[in-house]
Amino acid sequence: MTKPRTEGANLPADKLAELYRTMRLIRDFEESMIKFQKAGELPGPVHLCIGQEAVATGICDHLDDTDYIASTHRGHGHFIAKGGDPALMMAEVFGRVDGICQGKGGSMHAADFSKGILGANGIVAGGVGLATGAAYACQLAGKGQVSVVFFGDGAAAQGVISEALNVASLWKLPLLLVCENNGYSEFSPYNTVNAGEIADRGAAFKVPSIQVDGNDMVTMWRTARTAVERARAGEGPTLIEAQTYRHRGHVEYEDTFLTKPYRSEEEVEAWKAKDPLPRFRDYLVSGELVPSEDLDAIDADTASIIRNAADFARNSPWPEPGDALKHMF
Amino acid sequence: MARKRLMHAIHEAFVEEMERDERVVIFGEDVEISLFGDTAGLADRFGQMRVRNTPICENVMTGMAAGAAAAGYRPVCHLMFGNFIYTGFDAIANQVSKLRYMTAGQIKLPLVYFAVYGGGRSASAQHSDVMYPALMNLGGIKVAVPGTPADAKGLLKSAIRDDSPVVFLITGGRTGAAGEVPDGEHLVPLGEADIKHEGTDVTLVAMSGMVAPALVAAQELAKEGVSVELVDPRCVVPLDEDAILRSVCKTGRLVIVDEARDMCSAASHISAIAADKAFESLKAPIRRVTVPDVAIPYAPVLEKHILPNKDTIAEAVRAVVNYRKQ
Ligand SMILES: Cc1ncc(C[n+]2csc(CCOP(=O)(O)OP(=O)(O)O)c2C)c(N)n1
Ligand SMILES: [Mg+2]
Repeated sequence: MTKPRTEGANLPADKLAELYRTMRLIRDFEESMIKFQKAGELPGPVHLCIGQEAVATGICDHLDDTDYIASTHRGHGHFIAKGGDPALMMAEVFGRVDGICQGKGGSMHAADFSKGILGANGIVAGGVGLATGAAYACQLAGKGQVSVVFFGDGAAAQGVISEALNVASLWKLPLLLVCENNGYSEFSPYNTVNAGEIADRGAAFKVPSIQVDGNDMVTMWRTARTAVERARAGEGPTLIEAQTYRHRGHVEYEDTFLTKPYRSEEEVEAWKAKDPLPRFRDYLVSGELVPSEDLDAIDADTASIIRNAADFARNSPWPEPGDALKHMF
Repeated sequence: MARKRLMHAIHEAFVEEMERDERVVIFGEDVEISLFGDTAGLADRFGQMRVRNTPICENVMTGMAAGAAAAGYRPVCHLMFGNFIYTGFDAIANQVSKLRYMTAGQIKLPLVYFAVYGGGRSASAQHSDVMYPALMNLGGIKVAVPGTPADAKGLLKSAIRDDSPVVFLITGGRTGAAGEVPDGEHLVPLGEADIKHEGTDVTLVAMSGMVAPALVAAQELAKEGVSVELVDPRCVVPLDEDAILRSVCKTGRLVIVDEARDMCSAASHISAIAADKAFESLKAPIRRVTVPDVAIPYAPVLEKHILPNKDTIAEAVRAVVNYRKQ
C-alpha cells in the first residue's frame, strides 16, 4: 500500500468550483431525501452518503459517459457525480413513471446506461463482477475507456473482491476498485468485520493500492487521476481505499428498529468536524482559490436544481399497474 | 395461550432451543444488534461465542454452517434477507443438499438457514424474492414456511432439532403480525399441514405470507355461501401431500396461492400432484394464484398489481366454484 503525495494546489479555479458544485449537488439531494423520507413520501428505503461525497466526486470527475461505474446501495452520490440527472433519480426514488427506471427500481437500482452508470445495487458487492466485466469490454474495445466499482468496507469481506483483484490483475483490466471505507458494515464497526487493512489486500495480487483520506477533495481527485491514467494506458487495475464516514444512519429509518446505539455521539461529531464539504469550501476560500461569492452562487444553483427535481418527482404520475409486466426480456 | 408477534415467537424459540442444547449457535451479519428483533439480546444472554456477528460473506457462511454441523454443532446461519441465500447458494446447492446422500448417510447436518423474504414493502427486486421454489428443487433440504406466530415457533424449534438441513423462511411483510402462541413447549413437526379453516366446496392451499389473506378470503366467501377449506402445508419440503389430497378429494376443487413466481412454483408443483393423484375427484380445473414471471418492482402500484391479495384469491375461488363443463 502506498500513501498519497500531497501536492500544492495547482488545479484551475473552474475545476475546483466544478468539484465543489458536484459535492454540493449530492449533499442537497441527500438532504432532501431525509425530509422526504420523514414525510413518508418515499415508498422504499434510502441509504444516504452525506459525508462521503468527495469520493464519488473525485473519482467520477475523471470519467465521461463512455466510462462505466458500478455502484452500491448507497449510490445517489455516484449517480450524480457520473452525470446522472438528479431529477430522474429523484422521480425514481419516489417510484414515479418519469424515474430513470420508470419506478421499477427505486433508490437501490437507479441506473442510467446512457451515462455508463451500471446501477446502484441491492446486493453488497453485487457491482464488482459487473464492473470487472465492463472493464473487460473496455479492454476489448481498445478505446481507452475505464470501469470503476465502488464498494464499502463491509463489502470488502465478500470473496468476489479477491476474485476480481486476481482476474483484473492477470488480465491488466482497466478497472478501479474504489472502497469507500466509512467504518461500518451496517451496524458492525470496521475492526469487527475486517481483518487488516483493505488497501493491503491489493499487494497479494500485484494490484497497486493506496489508502487515502476520502474526505479530502483534492487528494481524492489526484489519487483518482493517477489510477484512471494508469487504466487508460493499459497498465491495469488500481485499488483505492478512501477513508470516510457516513453522517446519517445506515438506512434512513434505522431508529425505528434499532434498540441500542452502535456508535457514539462523540464519534459522529468528530467526523462531522471533518465534513468534506465545508472543509473543501474553507480550503477554496481561505486559499483564495475560488471567491466565496462564486460558491454562494453555486449553492443557490444546486438548491434550485434539487427543488425543481422534487417538483418534477412529485408531479410525475405513478406507473400504470400493467407496466409491472413489461421489460422482463 | 398468549398473543405474540411473529418475531417475538421466533425469539422465544431461539431462547428455548439455545437453553435446551448448548450446541445450538447462531451466526450472521449483525445478529447481535438484530435487524428484525428475532435475535435481539441473545448475545448478552448466551455470549458472543454462541451468537456471533459475521462479516458480509454469505459464500463462506453457508459453508461454515455445513462444516460446523458436520462437526457436531447445531448452527443457525442467519442470512438476513432471503435474496442473500443466492449469494451463499453454492454451499447450499453443491454441499449441503447432497452431503448426507453422497456419503450414504454418514453425517448428520443439523443446521438451519434463516431468512426473511418476500415482497410488499417496496424493497425492490433484490430484496423481495420468493426463493423456496429454487430450494425445493435441490432435494435434500427441508423448507419451512410458517404463516402464523405459533407455527413459526413450533417449526423453528423442530428445525433446530432436526438432523437434516432446514431453510426457515419468514415473510418480511408479516414479521410484526400477531397471533396466539401456546404456552410451554410447543413443537410443530416438519411436513405436517394444518387446516386453518374447514370447508366443503373448495380446497384453498396457502402458505407463509399468503395464509392471512387466504383466511380473510375464506371468511368473506363464507358470507357468499362458498365453503372454503384452507390448508396450510407449513413446509414445502417435506410437503404434506396426504393432507392436501384428502381435502381435494373431499371438495373436488383446488386453488393454490403462492407468492412465488408461477413457473416451477410450490403452486405448480402442488397442482401437478393433485392433477396426478386426485384427477377423478376434480370437478374443475386447478387454479394457481401466483406472481407473474417478473422481478418484483419498486413502485407500490406495480408491486401491488402482481402480488396475490384477498381479492385475487377470492376471485380464483369463485371461478373454480362457478366452473361448468362446456
Ligand atoms: C449480499 C448481501 N448481504 C447483505 C446485505 C445487507 N446489507 C446491506 S448494506 C450492508 C452493509 C454494507 O456495508 P458497506 O459495504 O461498508 O457499505 P456502507 O453501507 O457502509 O456504505 C449489508 C450487510 C446485502 N444487501 N447484500
Ligand atoms: Mg461501510
